[in-house]
Amino acid sequence: MQYAISILLSGVSLGGQYALIAIGYTMVYGILRLINFAHGDVFMVAGLMMVYLTASLPLAVSIPLVLILTVLLGFVIERAAYKPLREAPRMSVMISAIGVSYLLQNLATYITGGLPQMYPEIPGISATVSIAGVSTKWVTIVTPVLVLVLVAALTQLINHTKVGMAMRAVAKDFETAQLMGIKINAVISVTFIIGSFLAAVGSVLYFTNYQSIVPLSGSLPGLRAFVAAVFGGIGSIPGAVVGAFIIGLSESIIKGSNWSIFSDAFTFALLIIILVVKPTGLFGEKVTDKV
Amino acid sequence: MKNTSKKGAWIGLLCIAALLAAVVVLENVLDPNKNIMVFTALKKGAVYALVAVSMNLLNGFTGLFSLGQAGFMLLGAYTYAILTIPTSQRDAVYYIYNGSAINFSLPELFGGGAVGLVLGVLLALILGGCVAAVVAWLIGLPVLRLKSDYLAIATLGFGEIIRAVFQWDKLGPVTNGANALKNFPTFTSFNIQNANGETVLRLSTFVAFLLAGVCIAVIVLLINSTYGRAFKAIRDDEVAAEAMGINLSRHKRLAFVISSFFAGFGGGMFAMFANQAQAKTFTTAMTYEILLIVVIGGIGSVSGSCIAAFLYVAASEWWLRFLDAETFIGGVKVPLLRNGFRMVVFSVVIMIVVLFFRRGIMGDKELPDLLKKRRKEGAVK
Amino acid sequence: MSENVLKVENVTMQFGGVVAVDNLNLEVNQGEIVALIGPNGAGKTTAFNVITGVYQPTNGAVWFQGEKIVENHPQGKMKQQYKGEHAGDYTQVLAPTPDKVTRLGMARTFQNIRLWKSQTVFDNVLIAKHCRTTSNVFSAAFRLNRKEEAQQRENVLELLETVGLADVKDELATSLPYGKQRRLEIARALAAEPKLLLLDEPAAGMNPQETEELTAFIGEIRDRFHMTVFLIEHHMNLVMNISERIYVLDFGKLIAQGDPAAIQNDKRVIEAYLGVSEDA
Repeated sequence: MQYAISILLSGVSLGGQYALIAIGYTMVYGILRLINFAHGDVFMVAGLMMVYLTASLPLAVSIPLVLILTVLLGFVIERAAYKPLREAPRMSVMISAIGVSYLLQNLATYITGGLPQMYPEIPGISATVSIAGVSTKWVTIVTPVLVLVLVAALTQLINHTKVGMAMRAVAKDFETAQLMGIKINAVISVTFIIGSFLAAVGSVLYFTNYQSIVPLSGSLPGLRAFVAAVFGGIGSIPGAVVGAFIIGLSESIIKGSNWSIFSDAFTFALLIIILVVKPTGLFGEKVTDKV
Repeated sequence: MKNTSKKGAWIGLLCIAALLAAVVVLENVLDPNKNIMVFTALKKGAVYALVAVSMNLLNGFTGLFSLGQAGFMLLGAYTYAILTIPTSQRDAVYYIYNGSAINFSLPELFGGGAVGLVLGVLLALILGGCVAAVVAWLIGLPVLRLKSDYLAIATLGFGEIIRAVFQWDKLGPVTNGANALKNFPTFTSFNIQNANGETVLRLSTFVAFLLAGVCIAVIVLLINSTYGRAFKAIRDDEVAAEAMGINLSRHKRLAFVISSFFAGFGGGMFAMFANQAQAKTFTTAMTYEILLIVVIGGIGSVSGSCIAAFLYVAASEWWLRFLDAETFIGGVKVPLLRNGFRMVVFSVVIMIVVLFFRRGIMGDKELPDLLKKRRKEGAVK
Repeated sequence: MSENVLKVENVTMQFGGVVAVDNLNLEVNQGEIVALIGPNGAGKTTAFNVITGVYQPTNGAVWFQGEKIVENHPQGKMKQQYKGEHAGDYTQVLAPTPDKVTRLGMARTFQNIRLWKSQTVFDNVLIAKHCRTTSNVFSAAFRLNRKEEAQQRENVLELLETVGLADVKDELATSLPYGKQRRLEIARALAAEPKLLLLDEPAAGMNPQETEELTAFIGEIRDRFHMTVFLIEHHMNLVMNISERIYVLDFGKLIAQGDPAAIQNDKRVIEAYLGVSEDA
């Protein structure tokens, strides 16, 4: 019983952390039709920045600073690596994304010397708490709550602000939105800013749980979050959140069994099955191709 | 018109023969022990050239964006290794699993010696390609229906699944679990020794070039055949291709299977190059490396992929090595230079190529096209 | 047995609740040039797509050279939604893919030109021969099919000469002027060795002179290759000049059929094109 609860708890918190990353994937895909391969690495860089900033600054300063710097990173990546390729074939943009991911990973290896870095303890969420006899960190409980709050705020933003309306318009039809005078580049930047912000929050929660960061720390959580986004229906924010919780829970269950070596394989098998059986995912809109 | 193309083919063959001869001479004149980097770069370059061309067949010529290359290489590498480890070495390699479940070795089945080695290695490499091709055939049907980026992510995931399966404990007696397979014949096994055990003729690099060269030649022949033209039609406009009687699913699957065959073959060669086969080598990062080679060389150019493969490997393994070493000039430490800097510089270079030289070295042209053009321009002058 | 090359039988195409083609019946006979006309959105291209296997009809059948090649009946959700007729007449499901239909002997062109952009004029036509290749991938890669390949190249050259594109054969297809691109698309379709040529608005975007040339060109092709031609067109000049028979679609329904003279005087056709006047 206790075992079941501990698996459930870690699954939910993992799911929450994936959800924060998955939203970034799903929003970018919704607007640019681009799998932003570098998103997982932005998440990793946010973690590393925290490590280096807390070495010299108090937490109260470094946490906001990490959020700001990550947002800036996301913004710069979009402007430098994706914007120049707006008219290029989709394959080029995707290759550029892979290139950025490669660059961020190699930079991280260079700076850290390839050694795992210890994530700082954050008072409040690093402390342990006991629920139904299972001891866990506060972050496990904070994560799902925070995710729900952030998603609610994001939904409000998208449904009730001018920027949100512009985002929905661009996602629906890129060209027409452009013709209607929507500033496409601004909308895309906002998308990347929101995505990176959520990834930064996710990294604080994730690494408080897992503590050690290596340059490749971002790629697998990134891919899993992407799978979650596809599972929920790419382009749909609630879909990404639901998908992330499902992926988080199933990963936690498999890791707890003696099939743990297959936890990633399972995630990808799930992805392939969804893509083949129901490519639009749980909540995705049907896209019809015109001949 | 017919004559010129025939003449071109002969010139091409001559060039390749000359290149192969040059490789033999080079390896026997330069001391490989003092020039490790040169020969590492050449061998790895040859392997990567083949794998990059096989990826180009899919991504560049058929327009299918697949990221499963490392997975298919893994299949080829393991098949090769499992089939060629000498029976006497099996207990040592599989010591964790108390010996191997497979207790024969192809070179020995062919009677050992030089003949056994050549036939055994060749057959094992081809079988490696076949295993990859069969797996590609099986997953091709569902996966190839997906559109561009979904196909990419599905094949990427597929590579990860293969990697997990090969590291699975239960398959240990066959795959050696997460441990490396080794002690099988490598490129160096082809160096000819005299009775005293001294090497008289070094052929290791030559063998790598020959194998890769033959495979690439076959791919080029395919690309220039009626099937290759059909692939290009699918890349340019799927709807029109289908309306002109080209069966999309059949041809996509064909391209996928052939590309995977050569990726598997290349995977076997990679095992020969690395002297070992281990699942954890064949990561997504490896697929990305190959993809970047294809991009740098020019999507849709075979000669571009080959040139880029050698440039890429030489740069990362050899020319840029100095960036990783802390250097002092006149007692002053050169800033930035330390372990890892090479890869940073390297990824910056790649980003520059991707952003500013989007067509790569060759665009979609081939080397002979460019030479022809040069000659024409020369004639005008 | 039957003289007709193409027979469309009770075809209805319904997208959700929208009936795009409503109980269409038509026939095209050997050696004829037949046109399908109608205002924008009348369902002409949809009908074409059903015939060529791009869409599966909701109900009905298509016959080609006396053989039934397409058949369908309302299934699943469509059973309740279906608004057309003849719902119970068809039981089989025959849904060939477009490439299969082409290999059976129908080749088409597209309303918005779809040439293979990176290929030369010659290769564009040569690729269309691929569906007639008998060699497998091994014999093709290892050049064991030299004879067939040489034969195909010769045929393509001949074809290009016939359509007047031999002088530009080594140029990129997309570098040709518009009118020649149209011509090339028709040549490409002919290379697939069809019995029936389907042209989707071949004169779209052409000036009067180009249209005139095209009209003559289509006639030539019919005579030279003993081809049967079925075309969709907006240009009334072209249609009236070359078609032997005309079918008129409006809102998915066939409203008239007959020879050009009869169609020109048909009241319903005039209404469909010009709209019904208030006091009529």
